[in-house]
Formats: sequence, structure tokens, C-alpha cells
Amino acid sequence: MTLLVKGGRVINPAMQQDEICDILIENGKIKEVGVNLTADNAEDVFDASGLVVAPGFIDMHVHLRQPGQSGKETIETGTKAAAAGGITRVATMPNTKPVIDSAIIVDGLKYKIEREAKVKVEIIGAISKGQKGQELSAMGAMAKEGVVAFSDDGHYVENSDFMRKAMEYASMFHKIIIDHCEDDNLIEGGNMHEGVVSNELGMKGRPAVAEDIAVARDIFLAEATGTPVHIAHISTKNAVDLVRQAKKRGVKVTAEVTPQHLIFTDEALRTFETRYKMNPPIRSDIHRDACVEGLVDGTIDAVVTDHAPHEWEEKDQEFNLAPSGFVGLETSVGAMLTHLYHTGIIDLMTMVNVMSTAQAKILGLDAGVIAPGKDADLTILDLDKEWTVDSSKFYSKGKSTPFDEMIFKGKAAAAIVNGKFVMKNGEVL
Amino acid sequence: MVNIQGKSLLGLQGVPREEIELILRVAKKMKAVVKSDNKKLSLLKGKSVVNMFWEPSTRTRGSFEMAAKYLGADVINFTPRGSSIQKGESFRDTLLTVTAMGVDAIVMRQKQEGSPSFAQRCVDPIIINAGDGAHEHPTQGLLDMFTIQEVKGRIEGLKVVIVGDIDHGRVARSNIYGLKTMGADVHLVGPRTLLQPELEAMGVTVHYDLKEALKDADVINVLRIQKERQGIGFFPSAGEYNSLFGIKKDRLKWAKDDVLVLHPGPMNRGIEIDSDVCYSEHSSIQEQVMNGVSVRMAVLYLTIMGGDDVDITR
Repeated sequence: MTLLVKGGRVINPAMQQDEICDILIENGKIKEVGVNLTADNAEDVFDASGLVVAPGFIDMHVHLRQPGQSGKETIETGTKAAAAGGITRVATMPNTKPVIDSAIIVDGLKYKIEREAKVKVEIIGAISKGQKGQELSAMGAMAKEGVVAFSDDGHYVENSDFMRKAMEYASMFHKIIIDHCEDDNLIEGGNMHEGVVSNELGMKGRPAVAEDIAVARDIFLAEATGTPVHIAHISTKNAVDLVRQAKKRGVKVTAEVTPQHLIFTDEALRTFETRYKMNPPIRSDIHRDACVEGLVDGTIDAVVTDHAPHEWEEKDQEFNLAPSGFVGLETSVGAMLTHLYHTGIIDLMTMVNVMSTAQAKILGLDAGVIAPGKDADLTILDLDKEWTVDSSKFYSKGKSTPFDEMIFKGKAAAAIVNGKFVMKNGEVL
Repeated sequence: MVNIQGKSLLGLQGVPREEIELILRVAKKMKAVVKSDNKKLSLLKGKSVVNMFWEPSTRTRGSFEMAAKYLGADVINFTPRGSSIQKGESFRDTLLTVTAMGVDAIVMRQKQEGSPSFAQRCVDPIIINAGDGAHEHPTQGLLDMFTIQEVKGRIEGLKVVIVGDIDHGRVARSNIYGLKTMGADVHLVGPRTLLQPELEAMGVTVHYDLKEALKDADVINVLRIQKERQGIGFFPSAGEYNSLFGIKKDRLKWAKDDVLVLHPGPMNRGIEIDSDVCYSEHSSIQEQVMNGVSVRMAVLYLTIMGGDDVDITR
């Protein structure tokens, strides 16, 4: 099994490499990276000239909804969506039914992944039993089964003493804690960012200060215990500043942001369309701009989608009643290339880093690098391909997205997992 | 020529001045009908209006029903109790069902902000918002402006003070949008917990001191205070609310001598407004109710039939 990816512009942040070269793959592993490499058979050559070749993109924050919510998404449909979007590895969140909080559930899920997944799937275990924030989940047993992190995503871990113990306990297994940072009391009943727009619409808000307080608490706990914490979907100016200062002090804190928080503002919510509803909410321009700044200066480490599919009937309700979240796996590359790269805000090296290399590092994965001996997971980008988002064509079961009908410039042209194409020209293979 | 035929009335935010003036002008003619011996017109004969009220309402629903009947339309009232909603039918399907019966306009009140926008995306009939959560209550805003214009002869340049729970107030928001468009000087006053300073972005002045707010006021619009909000952090007690923000006879002297007092009802006398004010010569609270029917007649007629005037001799 040989594949030669020839003549592409290789962007490889781990080595600060940006050059035209060939990648020779054998038996699922990268064998050689260099110029003028040859393959024995012509049919084993993929002409990547004019395209960008990057280490396989990772999305460490997705909801594949299994077990228990296969009406929203399955391992099969979710990973097909990932492949279609050029994402070669995802980490799935544990807010399922039942919650992923024990080894046997992890084990069952791994079995399903083995049979059905199109791309690599990592599992994130819950911090607490049932995500109730009271008793520790079976962290040790789940770590043994290979979970990559722990999170009660969807809920903030309200009790500070419990959070401290969770961080300390998880650190024994060298696993990070990922926290959804919004203080429950401050956001109760709120469905959008609190600010000028929510006031004009008469909507109860979820204020930025709810996130600021939660992020500050987690940073101070990480500092006090010396253990790492990862801030999920950061979205406020103060939270970005807090992470920036903490990093300067040497606190083990990392942060991720979603394309939607980098692109949209709460002005979009004036029509009450549920496809803009998510938690934390899409915020005002000062917060959006602060997130962009944080991404540019390296305060924010990763760009993730928070891919959160729901059934059509669930999103087809009045704004307050519809569930939060929307799909993102099939639009993240296009959104980032169009709104962050082509606008000159970030360069390609940064984009590949935040969508691949840095995420591998946060999760401690041997991935995100193009080098001999590594798994041949590659994402191939066509920077100038213009296309229109059409949610009806999504592989994902979820069709709700604020990006629907938007025109993008740039797309994932192909995705390779373990040396095999899983997607070419948008077709999942 | 201004014409709002076929247009839904989701709120007063963004409604142009000419359209508001048209509605107020036609409402004046409708009021003559309401006050006359024979109130029945045939302007909407052959048209049908459905009242869909998901929240309890006596005056608004009754007012819309009267308005439609005076105009000669057929009206049905649709309530969730005993309907398919209770059997789990979705909002979209309920709207489609009602639409398939051939209605021309849907008057709706819903607990959720933005429900009328959702309804408009689902079905074709004209949607008239009769109150959506804390968002808007446009016909209340219009009838308040109608009353102000009737008493004061104008709206432009008047200082209007809205008192009370602004954050949860759909009446407040519709008043703010309409009054700003018509050129009034709008001031808000209430407890800090029920009135966010960010509202100044809407071009209004925010106060937390009643005396300061009422200075030189031409109109005081008193909002209903929901008793459920006391003791859960918004304010300690109804008594304390009354002592800080209650509209009392001896406080009217802080405003202009001929100050007009409005209240959308239902009133909590002794809390947000004292009895000696609501039955005084300053109050037009009962007149507001009659004006409500007139304004709703104008809105139903103009959105269904169009035109820039009405001939009530027909």
C-alpha cells in the first residue's frame, strides 16, 4: 500500500515548514518527506500541485451524540461529516445518554467507532458521574480505556472544591480537564448574549461576566494545584485577557475558540432564528474582536467547532425553546479560510497549527505532524475554491447552521487517514 | 402613498413614521365609529381573523375581537387549552392548520420572544403581534401614542417618562420604539435591577430617581409591576417599590402641571400607582381602553385591505 502526495505546498507547523515537496506514504505511515520522490505505480500518485498539504486536521470539541441520541447524530454520520469537512480526527464529548462516565461505556463506544467511524475518534470522559458535578467519574478506569480528556461540557463545574479535586485526580493520568465556563446562576433563563441587542429584543441574557468569573476560577485553581485546564469555546474579552495573563505567569491553561465566535456577532440574533443559538452565546463585536486578537497573538491555542447536531424538529421551534448548538464539521475549514485567512488576519501556518498541531499537543496525541514514522493523516486544502454552503447536502444529520447559504473561498479538497483517502472533492469515500 | 397592506405587525422597531401616522389617522376615524350608536361596519366582510392567545389576556384579546367584529370580519378564538397544542402539536403545525382554514390575519400572543417572527416565516397570513414575552406589544404602543396625541395634540417634542419594570416590559419597548420614531423625548425610570443602563443605546435617558425623571414630564406611562418579582432579588417588597417608584398624587407636582398619566393595565393600585392618581383628571387610563379598540380596528383594516385612508360611511 503506497501513496505519493506529489508537489503540494506542505505546511507543517511542528517544524515551521512551508515548502513545495512530496510525501511518500507506505502502509499507512509517512515514509519520507522530500523533493522528487517517486512511486512504483503511476496510480499511486496524487497530484497535489496548487494545493496545500497539512497534517490531518483535528477537532477536539464535537458531539457525536452516541450513545443514546442517534436521532441527532451517529458515529457514522458525524465522522462522515468530519471527513467531508477535511477533519481527520475528532474528540467526542460525553454529554450523551447515558453520560460517558464509566469504562464500560467507553469500551462499547470504542467498539462502535472501530466498525463505523470514517475518521479517527477520541473519546472525552465525563468529569463527574452523570455530569452532575458531585461525584468523580471513573477517571482511572476510563483513562485506561484511552479517553483523552475529561469534561462536563454543556455544564459548568459549579462546585470549586469538587473542580479542584477533579483537576488533581485527572493529573495522575496526565489527562486535561476541559471546562464549559459559564456561571449557572448568572445565566439562568438566558438564551443569548446580554447586551444592547438582548435589551432591544427583551430577551433574558447570558452575560459575559458569567464566563469571566468561571474562567478566572478555573485559572486560579489550575495555578494553585499546578494542574492543567483547558477552557472550552472561549468567547469573552475578559476571559481572553485572563488566559493571556495566566499564560505569562506560567499557568497550565489552554483555550479554544469556535469559528462562529470569531465571525458572528449578536446582531445576527435580531431575527430570532434558532440557527444562531448556542452556548456560550454569540457575543457583541468587542468580544468577537477580542477572540480574534487572542487567536492572532497565540493566547487561544485551538479552533474547534463545538459541532452540536440536533433534530430538525428540535431546532424548528421558537428561539427560547429550541436547543442550543449547531453543526460545524463541514464548514469550519471554509469559514476559517474565508474569514480569517483570506482577510489577512491569520497566516496559513497559524491556521494549520490551531486546527491540527496545537490540538494534538493539548490532548497529548502523537499527531498533527508530518514526519517519517508518523500516521499518514493529512488534510489537503484548495485555498481558492469558491463554494456555497448547502446544509441540505450535509453528511451530518444536523442541518442547522448560521453558515447556510454563505459563499466561502477555500475548502478541504481531500482528507487522508492512515494513508487512505476518506474524502476527495467533498465526496466521502 | 403609504400602504401597509399585507404587512405583518411584529413590533414597532423599524416601523417608519409615515406608517405610524397612517395608523393613528385611521384610528381616529375608527374611534368615531366605536363611539357611535351603530358600530357595525362591513369593511372586513368576508375576511377572517383568528386570535391565538397562548397567554391569558382579557383586555387585549377582547379588544382585538371587538375590533374585528366592528369591522365585520369573522373571528375565532384559539386557545391552547383543549386544542391540539395540548396533544403535543408543534407551533408550526398549529399555524399551518389555522392557515389552511383560510384566515387573513393571525393575532397572536405568546410567552416566547420572537414567536411572531417565527410564525411569519412559517405561514402566509398577516401576523399581528399582541405581545411576545418581554419583546414587543406594538398595538399597545400605538394606542398609547394615540392617547397622547389626542390629549396633547402632538407627540413630537414631548417628554414621556416610562416608569417601572422595563427589562421584562414589552409595553415599554414598543413605547420606546414608537415614541422615538415620532420624535418624543423618552425617559425611563425604575429599579436598577429592572432597568439596564445599556438601554440608553436606544436613544433614551435612564434614571434611577423618580423625582429627577419626572422633572418637566408631559406624560407618565406607568407599567404594571409583577408581584412575583418581589423578594427574589429585583426589589425587596411591593411596599418598598411603592415608596421609591409609586406614582402618587403629591409626586405629580414634580412633573408639568398638565401631566398626562397612562397605564396599560391591569393596575396594581397601591403598588405602582395610587388610586387618587388613576381616577384623577390627569389620568386617561379608561380612555386608553376605547382607544385600544380603535387602533386595532385601524391596524386590522389597513394591513388586510390597504389604502391610505378609510371611508367609514360605507
